[in-house]
Amino acid sequence: MADCCSGGTTLLYACSGAADLGEISDMVARRLRDEGFGRMTCLAAVGAELSGFVQSAKGADINITIDGCGTACARKNLERIGVTPNAYILTDMGLVKGETPVTAKIVSEICEKIKDPACAPSQSIPVIKSGGCGCGCGG
Amino acid sequence: MKKIQILGTGCAKCNKLQEISEQAAKELGIAYEVEKVKELNKIMDFGVMITPALVVDGEVKVAGKVPSLEEVKKMIQE
Repeated sequence: MADCCSGGTTLLYACSGAADLGEISDMVARRLRDEGFGRMTCLAAVGAELSGFVQSAKGADINITIDGCGTACARKNLERIGVTPNAYILTDMGLVKGETPVTAKIVSEICEKIKDPACAPSQSIPVIKSGGCGCGCGG
Repeated sequence: MKKIQILGTGCAKCNKLQEISEQAAKELGIAYEVEKVKELNKIMDFGVMITPALVVDGEVKVAGKVPSLEEVKKMIQE
Protein backbone atom coordinates (compact mmCIF):
# COMPACT_ATOMS: atom_id res chain seq x y z
CA MET A 1 0.00 0.00 0.00
CA ALA A 2 1.24 3.48 -0.77
CA ASP A 3 2.49 5.33 2.24
CA CYS A 4 0.97 8.71 3.04
CA CYS A 5 3.47 11.53 3.00
CA SER A 6 6.51 9.25 3.05
CA GLY A 7 7.32 9.63 6.75
CA GLY A 8 9.81 6.95 7.82
CA THR A 9 9.28 4.77 4.79
CA THR A 10 11.22 1.50 4.59
CA LEU A 11 10.94 -0.52 1.38
CA LEU A 12 11.85 -4.21 1.20
CA TYR A 13 13.20 -6.07 -1.82
CA ALA A 14 13.94 -9.81 -2.05
CA CYS A 15 16.03 -11.39 -4.77
CA SER A 16 13.48 -14.25 -4.82
CA GLY A 17 16.00 -16.33 -6.74
CA ALA A 18 15.53 -19.91 -7.90
CA ALA A 19 17.71 -21.58 -5.24
CA ASP A 20 16.77 -22.37 -1.66
CA LEU A 21 18.22 -19.10 -0.39
CA GLY A 22 16.24 -17.14 -2.99
CA GLU A 23 13.07 -18.71 -1.66
CA ILE A 24 14.09 -17.88 1.90
CA SER A 25 14.83 -14.27 0.93
CA ASP A 26 11.32 -13.99 -0.46
CA MET A 27 9.73 -15.48 2.64
CA VAL A 28 11.77 -13.23 4.91
CA ALA A 29 10.69 -10.11 3.03
CA ARG A 30 7.05 -11.15 3.20
CA ARG A 31 7.30 -11.91 6.91
CA LEU A 32 8.91 -8.54 7.62
CA ARG A 33 6.16 -6.87 5.60
CA ASP A 34 3.46 -8.72 7.52
CA GLU A 35 5.06 -7.66 10.79
CA GLY A 36 5.00 -4.02 9.70
CA PHE A 37 8.76 -3.65 9.56
CA GLY A 38 8.62 -2.26 6.04
CA ARG A 39 6.73 -2.33 2.78
CA MET A 40 7.62 -5.03 0.31
CA THR A 41 7.85 -3.96 -3.30
CA CYS A 42 8.83 -5.55 -6.60
CA LEU A 43 12.46 -5.94 -7.51
CA ALA A 44 11.53 -7.05 -11.03
CA ALA A 45 9.77 -3.73 -11.60
CA VAL A 46 12.90 -1.85 -10.55
CA GLY A 47 14.90 -3.98 -12.98
CA ALA A 48 12.39 -3.13 -15.70
CA GLU A 49 12.91 0.54 -14.82
CA LEU A 50 9.20 1.19 -14.30
CA SER A 51 9.14 4.80 -13.23
CA GLY A 52 6.86 4.46 -10.22
CA PHE A 53 9.01 1.79 -8.62
CA VAL A 54 12.25 3.58 -9.45
CA GLN A 55 11.07 6.87 -8.03
CA SER A 56 9.66 5.16 -4.94
CA ALA A 57 13.07 3.63 -4.26
CA LYS A 58 14.71 7.02 -4.69
CA GLY A 59 12.18 8.70 -2.41
CA ALA A 60 12.15 6.10 0.37
CA ASP A 61 13.97 6.82 3.62
CA ILE A 62 15.45 3.33 3.69
CA ASN A 63 15.64 0.54 1.12
CA ILE A 64 16.47 -2.96 2.36
CA THR A 65 17.60 -5.67 -0.04
CA ILE A 66 17.67 -9.34 0.93
CA ASP A 67 19.81 -11.44 -1.37
CA GLY A 68 20.32 -15.17 -1.12
CA CYS A 69 23.94 -15.21 -2.27
CA GLY A 70 26.87 -13.00 -3.03
CA THR A 71 25.85 -12.27 -6.59
CA ALA A 72 23.64 -9.70 -4.84
CA CYS A 73 21.17 -9.19 -7.68
CA ALA A 74 18.75 -7.21 -5.51
CA ARG A 75 21.44 -4.88 -4.22
CA LYS A 76 22.84 -4.35 -7.70
CA ASN A 77 19.41 -3.57 -9.11
CA LEU A 78 19.08 -0.75 -6.60
CA GLU A 79 22.61 0.48 -7.14
CA ARG A 80 22.00 0.60 -10.89
CA ILE A 81 19.37 3.31 -10.35
CA GLY A 82 21.61 5.22 -7.97
CA VAL A 83 20.19 3.95 -4.70
CA THR A 84 22.39 2.49 -1.97
CA PRO A 85 20.34 -0.01 0.04
CA ASN A 86 20.90 -1.60 3.41
CA ALA A 87 22.00 -4.88 1.90
CA TYR A 88 21.65 -8.28 3.58
CA ILE A 89 23.13 -11.40 1.97
CA LEU A 90 22.03 -14.71 3.45
CA THR A 91 25.32 -16.50 2.76
CA ASP A 92 27.05 -13.77 4.78
CA MET A 93 24.58 -14.52 7.57
CA GLY A 94 25.63 -18.16 7.80
CA LEU A 95 23.32 -19.93 5.36
CA VAL A 96 24.74 -22.24 2.69
CA LYS A 97 23.36 -22.09 -0.84
CA GLY A 98 21.98 -25.41 -2.02
CA GLU A 99 22.14 -26.95 1.44
CA THR A 100 19.62 -24.98 3.45
CA PRO A 101 16.13 -26.32 4.12
CA VAL A 102 13.40 -23.74 3.68
CA THR A 103 11.83 -23.81 7.12
CA ALA A 104 9.83 -21.42 9.24
CA LYS A 105 12.55 -21.56 11.89
CA ILE A 106 15.24 -20.31 9.53
CA VAL A 107 12.95 -17.60 8.15
CA SER A 108 12.24 -16.42 11.69
CA GLU A 109 15.92 -16.40 12.63
CA ILE A 110 16.83 -14.29 9.60
CA CYS A 111 13.96 -11.90 10.29
CA GLU A 112 15.16 -11.38 13.83
CA LYS A 113 18.70 -10.67 12.65
CA ILE A 114 17.48 -8.08 10.13
CA LYS A 115 15.36 -6.39 12.78
CA ASP A 116 18.27 -6.26 15.20
CA PRO A 117 20.17 -2.96 14.70
CA ALA A 118 23.32 -4.68 15.95
CA CYS A 119 23.25 -6.91 12.84
CA ALA A 120 22.80 -4.04 10.39
CA PRO A 121 25.17 -3.98 7.40
CA SER A 122 28.22 -1.84 8.05
CA GLN A 123 27.30 0.64 5.32
CA SER A 124 23.75 1.01 6.54
CA ILE A 125 22.04 3.74 8.45
CA PRO A 126 19.77 2.93 11.40
CA VAL A 127 16.50 1.36 10.37
CA ILE A 128 13.43 3.47 10.92
CA LYS A 129 10.31 1.42 11.41
CA SER A 130 7.57 2.14 8.91
CA GLY A 131 4.13 3.19 9.88
CA GLY A 132 2.04 6.25 10.22
CA CYS A 133 2.72 9.54 8.62
CA GLY A 134 5.72 11.46 9.80
CA CYS A 135 5.13 14.67 7.92
CA GLY A 136 2.87 16.29 10.45
CA CYS A 137 -0.18 16.34 8.22
CA GLY A 138 -2.16 14.10 10.50
CA GLY A 139 -2.20 11.25 7.99
CA MET B 1 -1.25 19.11 -23.91
CA LYS B 2 0.72 17.89 -20.90
CA LYS B 3 -1.14 15.62 -18.53
CA ILE B 4 -0.08 16.22 -14.95
CA GLN B 5 -1.25 13.85 -12.25
CA ILE B 6 -0.75 14.34 -8.53
CA LEU B 7 -0.83 11.09 -6.57
CA GLY B 8 -1.71 11.32 -2.92
CA THR B 9 -4.48 10.95 -0.45
CA GLY B 10 -4.90 14.66 0.06
CA CYS B 11 -2.44 15.66 2.78
CA ALA B 12 -0.64 18.99 3.01
CA LYS B 13 2.36 17.76 0.99
CA CYS B 14 0.09 16.47 -1.78
CA ASN B 15 -1.64 19.85 -1.99
CA LYS B 16 1.72 21.63 -2.02
CA LEU B 17 2.94 19.46 -4.90
CA GLN B 18 -0.19 20.27 -6.89
CA GLU B 19 0.24 23.98 -6.23
CA ILE B 20 3.89 23.94 -7.34
CA SER B 21 3.14 21.83 -10.40
CA GLU B 22 0.40 24.14 -11.60
CA GLN B 23 2.59 27.17 -11.00
CA ALA B 24 5.40 25.53 -12.96
CA ALA B 25 3.15 24.72 -15.90
CA LYS B 26 1.77 28.26 -15.94
CA GLU B 27 5.22 29.84 -15.83
CA LEU B 28 6.34 27.56 -18.67
CA GLY B 29 3.35 28.75 -20.66
CA ILE B 30 2.31 25.28 -21.72
CA ALA B 31 -1.11 23.78 -22.15
CA TYR B 32 -1.82 21.31 -19.39
CA GLU B 33 -4.46 19.46 -17.48
CA VAL B 34 -4.21 18.39 -13.84
CA GLU B 35 -5.76 15.35 -12.25
CA LYS B 36 -5.62 14.45 -8.56
CA VAL B 37 -5.45 10.72 -7.97
CA LYS B 38 -6.50 9.90 -4.42
CA GLU B 39 -7.57 6.26 -4.60
CA LEU B 40 -4.87 3.97 -3.24
CA ASN B 41 -5.51 1.25 -5.81
CA LYS B 42 -5.01 3.72 -8.64
CA ILE B 43 -1.87 5.06 -6.97
CA MET B 44 -0.54 1.51 -6.69
CA ASP B 45 -1.22 0.98 -10.39
CA PHE B 46 1.58 3.47 -11.02
CA GLY B 47 3.93 1.39 -8.86
CA VAL B 48 4.16 4.22 -6.39
CA MET B 49 4.77 3.11 -2.80
CA ILE B 50 5.12 6.53 -1.22
CA THR B 51 3.28 9.78 -1.78
CA PRO B 52 3.05 12.50 -2.84
CA ALA B 53 4.07 11.69 -6.38
CA LEU B 54 4.13 13.64 -9.63
CA VAL B 55 3.26 11.98 -12.93
CA VAL B 56 3.77 13.73 -16.27
CA ASP B 57 2.29 12.12 -19.38
CA GLY B 58 2.16 8.77 -17.62
CA GLU B 59 5.70 8.75 -16.26
CA VAL B 60 6.34 9.04 -12.54
CA LYS B 61 8.84 11.85 -12.08
CA VAL B 62 9.18 11.91 -8.30
CA ALA B 63 7.72 10.11 -5.28
CA GLY B 64 7.87 10.74 -1.58
CA LYS B 65 8.93 14.35 -1.63
CA VAL B 66 7.97 17.79 -2.86
CA PRO B 67 10.56 19.14 -5.30
CA SER B 68 11.31 22.80 -5.84
CA LEU B 69 9.55 24.87 -8.47
CA GLU B 70 12.59 24.78 -10.74
CA GLU B 71 12.91 21.02 -10.38
CA VAL B 72 9.26 20.56 -11.29
CA LYS B 73 9.71 22.77 -14.35
CA LYS B 74 12.49 20.47 -15.55
CA MET B 75 10.37 17.41 -14.87
CA ILE B 76 7.51 18.80 -16.92
CA GLN B 77 9.79 19.71 -19.81
CA GLU B 78 11.69 16.39 -19.96
